Amino acid sequence: MATTIHEPPKVERSAGKLRAEGVSGDGGWRNLSPADGDIRAVQDYSSPPASTGIWVGITGISMMFAAFTSALVVRQGSAPDWRHFILPPVLYANTALLFASSFSLEMARRRIAAFMGGTRNRAERPALWLHITLGLGLLFVLGQYTAWRQLSARGLFVATNPSSSFFYVLTATHALHVLGGLLGLVYVIRKLNAMVLRRTTLDTAARYWHFMDVLWLYLLILLWVKL
Amino acid sequence: MHDMSQQAVQHHAPPTSFIRKYIFSLDHKVIGEQYYGLALLAVLIGMVLSWIMRIHLAWPSAPIPGLELLSKNGAPNGVLTPEYYLQLMTMHGTIMVFFVLTTAPFAAFGNYFLPIQVGAEDMPFPHFNMMSFWVTFVAFLVAVAAFFVPDGPPLSGWTAYAPLSAVGKAAGPGQGTGQVLWALSIAIFCVGQLLGSLNFITTTLDMRCKGMSLWRLPLSAWAWFITSCMGLTAFAVLLPACILLILDHVAGTSFFVASNLVINDQLQPHSGGSTLLWQHLFWFFGHPEVYIAIVPGMGVVSHVLIANMRRPLLSHRTMIYSMGALAVLSYMVYGHHMFVSGMNPFSSLVFSFPTLIITIPSTIVVLIWLGSLYGSKLRINSASLFAIGFISMFISGGVSGFFLAQPSIDILLHATYFVVGHFHLVMAVAAIFGIFAGTYFWFPKVTGRMMNETLGKLHFWLSFVGAYCIFMPFHYLGMAGNVRRYSSFVDDYLQPLMPLHKFITVAAIAMGVAQFIFIYNLFYSRFKGKPALQNPWEATSLEWTIPSPPPHNNFGDRHPVVFHDPYQFGVESSTGDYVMQDSPEQIQSEGDEK
Repeated sequence: MATTIHEPPKVERSAGKLRAEGVSGDGGWRNLSPADGDIRAVQDYSSPPASTGIWVGITGISMMFAAFTSALVVRQGSAPDWRHFILPPVLYANTALLFASSFSLEMARRRIAAFMGGTRNRAERPALWLHITLGLGLLFVLGQYTAWRQLSARGLFVATNPSSSFFYVLTATHALHVLGGLLGLVYVIRKLNAMVLRRTTLDTAARYWHFMDVLWLYLLILLWVKL
Repeated sequence: MHDMSQQAVQHHAPPTSFIRKYIFSLDHKVIGEQYYGLALLAVLIGMVLSWIMRIHLAWPSAPIPGLELLSKNGAPNGVLTPEYYLQLMTMHGTIMVFFVLTTAPFAAFGNYFLPIQVGAEDMPFPHFNMMSFWVTFVAFLVAVAAFFVPDGPPLSGWTAYAPLSAVGKAAGPGQGTGQVLWALSIAIFCVGQLLGSLNFITTTLDMRCKGMSLWRLPLSAWAWFITSCMGLTAFAVLLPACILLILDHVAGTSFFVASNLVINDQLQPHSGGSTLLWQHLFWFFGHPEVYIAIVPGMGVVSHVLIANMRRPLLSHRTMIYSMGALAVLSYMVYGHHMFVSGMNPFSSLVFSFPTLIITIPSTIVVLIWLGSLYGSKLRINSASLFAIGFISMFISGGVSGFFLAQPSIDILLHATYFVVGHFHLVMAVAAIFGIFAGTYFWFPKVTGRMMNETLGKLHFWLSFVGAYCIFMPFHYLGMAGNVRRYSSFVDDYLQPLMPLHKFITVAAIAMGVAQFIFIYNLFYSRFKGKPALQNPWEATSLEWTIPSPPPHNNFGDRHPVVFHDPYQFGVESSTGDYVMQDSPEQIQSEGDEK
């Protein structure tokens, strides 16, 4: 990987230490410069960006589904045309698949950690559980497609009723995000196979994938209650 | 920690091919320039549209040469139809709000300078950053494509109120394909800005160099950070709203169209939708959008003024808290756009209260600027003039906000030119003055050359006087009952206002022509301008510690370390009356205690 990063100063001390030494007399934020200009005594504030980035992404996605939810609640109350219907049973099986995929992803993280730590070798297929997670994720999306087919077989299409409209919109938007997560898993597998996988990449993908679980559980409850 | 963060970023080597260097570049600086170029293109289109509208308003029956080429049906013999007037107005608002006021102060300047000001080599996700621009560019093309579909662009305004925006062709020209293109464009735009916000937030939180605590960030960096937080949550709401609007058009759903709606004697095939739902979703985005446009300007203006006053603001932290308060409150006030929408009148009171509250941080910000300016030996240059102009426009436009915040007065003034004058001053002109201040200030850093100061000052005075000549009379028109969105005022009680309309049109054309002084200065100085020193303004933040223009990796072989807060002016040091942020020099004078 091409890089132009330069080595930062090696020695670090905390701001608390600085204050204790009387280096900073202004609450520690304005002028941390020590009298001798020792650059080692300057605090570092950075943390891994991917770790922060995924929380930022999760915030945005949560906001999007919050908007959909408020739209659903307002639309349901705006006219007496809301039609309740039984959710396709396959959704419950899909839920089990998605939760199983999160379990398998955690298994994958343990195996990869052991592989990276040197207690397992390549012959023990460190990517095995990642492939299982990928398969379960794909089955979930196929399961959602089956749910749409079952619903349309009952005569409930996207424009049939506002309740069915929201069903399709919410499940399709979630499925698109799951597909995004699957692409992330493919990326992780490729990096692992090339032996350039960073831990933060795997952790970030895992966080996103688990968030898809939580989000789906929320949507399932919302749909179950409102539809 | 630092090693981790640096290695966790996909850093990229300097590109060698033309395409990777200038087109699909991963470099935040090139992406910033691309955003600026897009905003420049968009503002020219938006300005020409406003000229066409203003000429038609002043001389409703006069043909505008060449206009029939844009639309034979919309402008037969060069004279606008009322419908096409609305279509141009929609595109003017859309292009200006989304592709100028959002892209230039936030995406353009922020992309270029945020990583440098925090001491980073680039943003943490350069591929997302590149996608952010190109997705935005595609959104722009989709929006402009609406001009070239058979019925032309939509006529429902930049707010696209339902049911007008949701029922399709029956609602008028442009409401079919044109409106779908509009919604698609805005949905794509939202994706681009969400990707941008992701990068801005992580850059600010995780890419800061050693010693750069959050409080040591320059105010411009704080403004971009706060704006990106707003962008993340606001565009994430507009995106689903646009998806639902598109579905109402193409899938026959009924999210926004009520039952039994008859248009042109035709019963619309929708049932039970909520027209207010669109307004709620739109304005939950729309009001923060006002601050997405203006908060970066606040940061830039503060940054510019401090360097020219040679002293920090009265309170660095209060300025940050106030910008943060504006961001938080912006979500609580959105209902003031809907006082006359038919929502529960009690809701109006609920939304009126935070609307009045939001004037408190706004006033604090203004008082900090004015208090800091008082008694300072301000260096007068194009950048500082436009910064003062920003404050002037923000005050003038903000004062009319006090009136509109109260439902009892808003009922009278709603949908009149008073509102148009208010938001053009406080949001549009102020934000554009912020863009100009930033351009004159940072141009030497971006290009290595100075802009022409004489032309810059001429540009300022013509723009300053022009803006007041255009938008102050709008308030009087509104108080006289001049409704907005009409394509002509030739009838009854509006007839006596026509001379004022003609005056405004002349002022608008003159002010628009004055902008070509800026365009000329921009391009001439880019190639022929006086070579700039590395730090021509004797400013203190990190962008002035690197060569002009900056190298690919910003800081070259150096890894910046920050020792001071961003505005150490009025001190005694080896460099003069200021100390650079990355200077280990101990500050000796009273400036240290500020």
